[in-house]
Order: sequence, then C-alpha cells, then structure tokens
Amino acid sequence: MDAITLIALVVGGSAALSWPLGRYMRWAMDPITMNRPAARVDRWFRAIGGRAAQAGQDWQQYCVALLVFNVVMFSLSFGFMALQEWLPLNPDGKTALEGSLVFNTAASFTTNTNLQHYSGEVSMSHLSQLCALMWPQFVAAATGIAALTAMARGLAGRPTLGNFYVDLQRATFLVLLPMAVVVAVLNVLGGMPMTLAGAVKALTLEGPEQVIARGPVAAFVAIKQLGTNGGGFFGSNSTHPFENPGFFTNLVSTVAIVLIPMACVWMFGRVVGRVRHATVLFVVMMVLLLAKAGAAFAGENAPTQAFLGLPIAMDVSNLEGKELRFGAAAGPLWAVLTTCTSNGSVNCMHDSLNPLTGLAPMIGMWLNATFGGVGVGMINMFLYVVLAVFLAGMMVGRTPEYLNRRVEMHEVKLAVLAMFTHALFILGGTALFAALPWGAGTLNNTGAHGFSEMLYEFSSAAANNGSGFEGLGDNTVPWNVATGLVMLLARYIPILLPLAIAGSLAKKRATAQSAGTLGVESVTFGVMLLATILFLGALTFFPAAALGPVAEHLQFMK
Amino acid sequence: MESFVTCVRLSAVTLFVCVGGYILLILGFAQLFCPESANGSLVVRSDGVVVGSRLLAQGFTAPRYFWPRPSAVGWNAAGAGGSNKSPTNPDLTVRAKGTVAAFGATPTQPLPAELAAASGSGLDPHLTERGALYQVARVAAARGLPEAEIRELVLRCAFSPGGGLTHSRLVNVLEVNLALDGAR
Repeated sequence: MDAITLIALVVGGSAALSWPLGRYMRWAMDPITMNRPAARVDRWFRAIGGRAAQAGQDWQQYCVALLVFNVVMFSLSFGFMALQEWLPLNPDGKTALEGSLVFNTAASFTTNTNLQHYSGEVSMSHLSQLCALMWPQFVAAATGIAALTAMARGLAGRPTLGNFYVDLQRATFLVLLPMAVVVAVLNVLGGMPMTLAGAVKALTLEGPEQVIARGPVAAFVAIKQLGTNGGGFFGSNSTHPFENPGFFTNLVSTVAIVLIPMACVWMFGRVVGRVRHATVLFVVMMVLLLAKAGAAFAGENAPTQAFLGLPIAMDVSNLEGKELRFGAAAGPLWAVLTTCTSNGSVNCMHDSLNPLTGLAPMIGMWLNATFGGVGVGMINMFLYVVLAVFLAGMMVGRTPEYLNRRVEMHEVKLAVLAMFTHALFILGGTALFAALPWGAGTLNNTGAHGFSEMLYEFSSAAANNGSGFEGLGDNTVPWNVATGLVMLLARYIPILLPLAIAGSLAKKRATAQSAGTLGVESVTFGVMLLATILFLGALTFFPAAALGPVAEHLQFMK
Repeated sequence: MESFVTCVRLSAVTLFVCVGGYILLILGFAQLFCPESANGSLVVRSDGVVVGSRLLAQGFTAPRYFWPRPSAVGWNAAGAGGSNKSPTNPDLTVRAKGTVAAFGATPTQPLPAELAAASGSGLDPHLTERGALYQVARVAAARGLPEAEIRELVLRCAFSPGGGLTHSRLVNVLEVNLALDGAR
C-alpha cells in the first residue's frame, strides 16, 4: 500500500473516530452537568474511594492525591518485579533482576514512559508482565487523563478541580478498560498468542532446537497501545511476529496509538466549553503530525546506504530493521505516530532508520505536544498556549488573556519553567553522558550516530516516550539511574506546574470579552501557536540535531 | 494517611479488575475461539513433535531449503531483536558482503534487498515473492527437481498480507519448506 493511502486510512480514520470518543470521554470523565447513568456509576466509585473520594479538591489536594497514588503504584510495581522469583505464574523460572534495572523499570512504567532496559521474554515472569508492567499501563495512563480533566475544570472556572480518586476510576474503568477489551479481541482474532503457558521447545526442520517464548500477549498489547504506554511484551516490541502478526493487527495498533490522544483534545474543548478552540489546537497538532510523517516517508524511501556498490537490488526502501508483512510505508508512519504521542512502541528498529528519518521521531519527542501522551499531551500543549497568548499579548501591548482570565507573570513563569526542565533533561543529560564513559562506552554505532543514540535515549526519557535507538547498551547502572530519575521528574513537573497554573487562573475573576481580546478560536491564533512551537523547538534543539542526525546525513551524502 | 489508605484500596480494586478480570476474559475468549493462534500458531508434526511456529522464522542453511532473511539474533525465539546498526555503519556492509557470497549474487543477478537486510525482530517469517523465486534454482538443483515445479510451489504459497490493500506478495518460508518436504 502506498504512503498516501496508509496515512489517509490511519490518520483520517483515527481523527474521525476521535470525535465521538472525545464526546464519550467528556461524558465519562466529567459527568457533573450531565445526567443519570453516569451518576450511578459514580456512586460506586465514591464508595470504593471511601471518605477521601466524597468532596472536590483544590489543585494542591488533587496533586497530593495524584502523587500518593503514583508512589503506591511505583512501590507495588517495584515489589512484584523484585520478588518475581518467589511469586507464582513463572512457568519459565525467571530469576531475580538487578536492583538498578528494577528501579528504572518501575519508574518507567509508573510514569507512562515504558522505556525498556530489559527484554521481556528474557527477564520477566508472566506475573511481572501482568502486575508490575500491565497494571501500571492502565493506571498510569488513567493518571494522565485524570490530570487533564482536572486542569480543564480549573480553566473552566469550576470551584474545585474534581476528585482524583474518582477521576482515576472513571478513566480506568469507563475509558481504558472497555477499549482495551475491544482491541484485545481484535488482537486475538489477528493471531496474537494469549496463553499463560510457558515457552515451548520446537525441533526445527534442519535439526537445531528453537525455544519459543509465549504469554498473554494479546491483552498486554491492547493497553500498551491505547494508553500511550508502548512497553512491549517482547524485547523487540511490535516488530515481533507474536506482538504484531500481520498487516491488520498493525493497522489496529497504529490507530490505537493515536486515538485517545486525539480524543483528549476534544474532551478538553468540551470541558472548557470551547470546542472551536479545541478545533484550532487539533488542526495545529495535525499540521505538525503530517509534516513529520511526510519528512519520514521521504527520508525512508531511500535504499540502504550500506549496500551501495554490492550486487543487491536497490529499487526498494531501507529494509534493515523492518518487517515485510506491514508494507514499506508502515515503519516511518509508526515511528512518527509513536513519538508524536508519547507511546514509544516500535514496529521497525529506529536505530536503523536512515539518518534524517531518525530525526523525525526525535522532533516528535522534543515538541511532545503533537497530540502527545494520553492526557499529558494536551497538558503540554496548554503550556505552549500560555506562551503563545503571552507573546501575542506582548506584541499588541495588552495584558494577555486565556479563556477570559488574565495570564500574568506567575503563570508564564511556571509555564517557562516546565518547558525549561524538558530541555535541560534532554540536553544536559546527553552532554553529561557524551563527556563521560557512562555514555561513550555503551554505543552500538560510532561517530554522529553514536551521539544520536544518547540524545534519543534522554529525549525518550524526558518526553516519557519509551522508544529508543535500541543498539545502545543501556542496561548499566548509570543509564538505569539517570534515565529513571529523568523519567520521574519529567513526568510530575509537567503535570504539577500546569495544574498550579490552572488553579491560579481559576481563582481570578473572569474578564469581559472585548474587541481587543485575542481570540483563541481564530486562524491567526493557530498560526501564532504553530510559530511559537516551532521557534521554541528549533531554538532549543537545533544545535543537538546538527551534531547528531544532520551531521550523520551530511557525512552519508559524501 | 487517609489518602494512602485510599490509594492502596484503589490499587487493589484496579489490580483485581484490570489484571484478574481482564486477563481471564481475554484468555477465555482466545482459548475458546482461536486456540491454535492463542497458543503460538505452532506447527505440529503428525507424531506430535512441534517443529516451529508459522509466525516465526527459523534458521535454514541447507541448499535444499528456502533461506529466510538474516537475523541479528540467530532466529532466537526466546530473545528476539534487530541489528540496530545505522545505514552508515560499515558493519552492515561487511555483513551484506557475506550474504551476497552465500547466495552467489552477481551484478547481473542482484540479490533482492530483503535477503541482505536483517528484520527488526530477527524472526520475520516472510520473504517477498521475488526473494523466494531468487532461490528456486538452488533449491531445485539440491533436490534434483525441475525448476518449474518449485517455482509453481512458491507461486502457490504467495499471498498478499493486506488483501487488496497491499501490492507486494509474500511467502512464508517455513510453510514453503514444509510443502517442499511434503512434496518429496
């Protein structure tokens, strides 16, 4: 299938589906002004939550509840992995994991990152896969959706941000779980394994034994894709034929990657009561997505440089690290979608992409707001919006406003701080590891591409993405500790600061619309926002891009 | 303290439903309706011995069999992975030279590119129709069979992975090799 048909089918299809889903998510997540059936389900959620789940919370209380829940999630995930040797559901007798790896993996799955410094079929028991990894894939994603809902309530001027304990259950049980059941059934029908049995030994036709690892893959993959998690059951993620058996499972997975992030934009628009504003945001994100996808297709269409001069047919695209059953265009499209959102699953090996194609996923992680992670992608976009209205306000010499509330120094400072930490983690981390043997000793490729491997790793950790230039030998104590810390900080700072901004805006008196107010529903605003994202991104990351993928491309063109 | 207790309770409930309930539901569905693929699409000989999985490549090196794409992990189905080499990495060129020699490719008969490029999982079970047809002469010679017969077998095994949505046709290497052994 050619690239245009695939884009039209996957991106167009997801965009169309995201509209009704956004409507449903608004109904499920924020039923206050809606009626009947949701109220009954909500009563159960309040009952399960107990006394703490009865009243609305201000932004500080909401953040505390979110953090405490995430600490419990981290601890349980850590515990299941650390004790896997002695726990049940371990048919292949997996043994204990190294301490820093357990820390990194627990941090990775708690923060919705799913960076994997281990290989699932080699290291993890079925119980670890299900309880330490798949369970956080539900509740970490739900944390993101809850945070977005709370932020939207603040911006809508509600008296409270809602209740975290109730929001978490709504997101888990009303949004993620039903969708996961649907996708898991499609996965089963598409041929994915779904068993609790252990590996099976096969006697191959030529004689040598082949050990075939299996497990509850279909259910795991469904929530991995829907929750922008991305952590695979197998080390080679969705390139593995068991994790992605064919063309149609690949289509289902690709749609599942972007569906909820897209719907989050509509949900946000409905909660704040400004669907036209959400449309502007959606279009800006879509423009960025299509630009990156186009660039990736163009870059990956070239054959492998490595085979030049050999008697190898050069009339096809770069096939190193790719699977034939998905078709040639599927790899670059997935690479872009999985990094536009903070998914991080892969259906081709990003380390083996042509150099400029490899830049497209990095840009996705640097901007981190092209739909982005479930919930948090829209939160990141909100930070850009705050900066855009501030810059626009400066240009026309008026106090900037957003959704009828004045955006002042306090809010802009917080937004800039959140942006700054993202850049600091990526550039600072890469600089540190490039200068020390911690990084240089772990590379799989030399020169500019080796630098790209480190840059990609820190971008992935800071964007809570989870994909990698997987040649990097990243299961070392320095990598485990450094990326573990980056993932934790880069998850909670960009959730807490925007909630603080929303809390502060919610307290302000609404101002009246006037002729001088910058409309956030106009094309002008869309262009302003796009320019803000692009300039900010380019100014921050261009030097690093020049040292990595661009340098490699120029060297490669010789 | 109250929030901690609430969070523990939420964790217990979500673990129970999202792991216990969800897994049992999907497991039941899969084992009931798709038992063959749910257990790994295993190929079992008439005497009960498992010879592989239809979804996974296995190593073939004998001339009488079709050979799969190169694998960076030696077709290890308990530790899959790709080469993760950049296209600018000279290691790839060295590896490709070895593959070219093994197939005896020449400038007039260039090797189809997928036969020189390792897949992402190292377990890609397929070749393009072109990649399979490229090997027909070798297989036919090794088996002492007419080339036309082998070629016909390959064409019979070829399929479009996306139905009408894909142009290229693929061949499952294990299936075509099993068919060869059956035809013997």
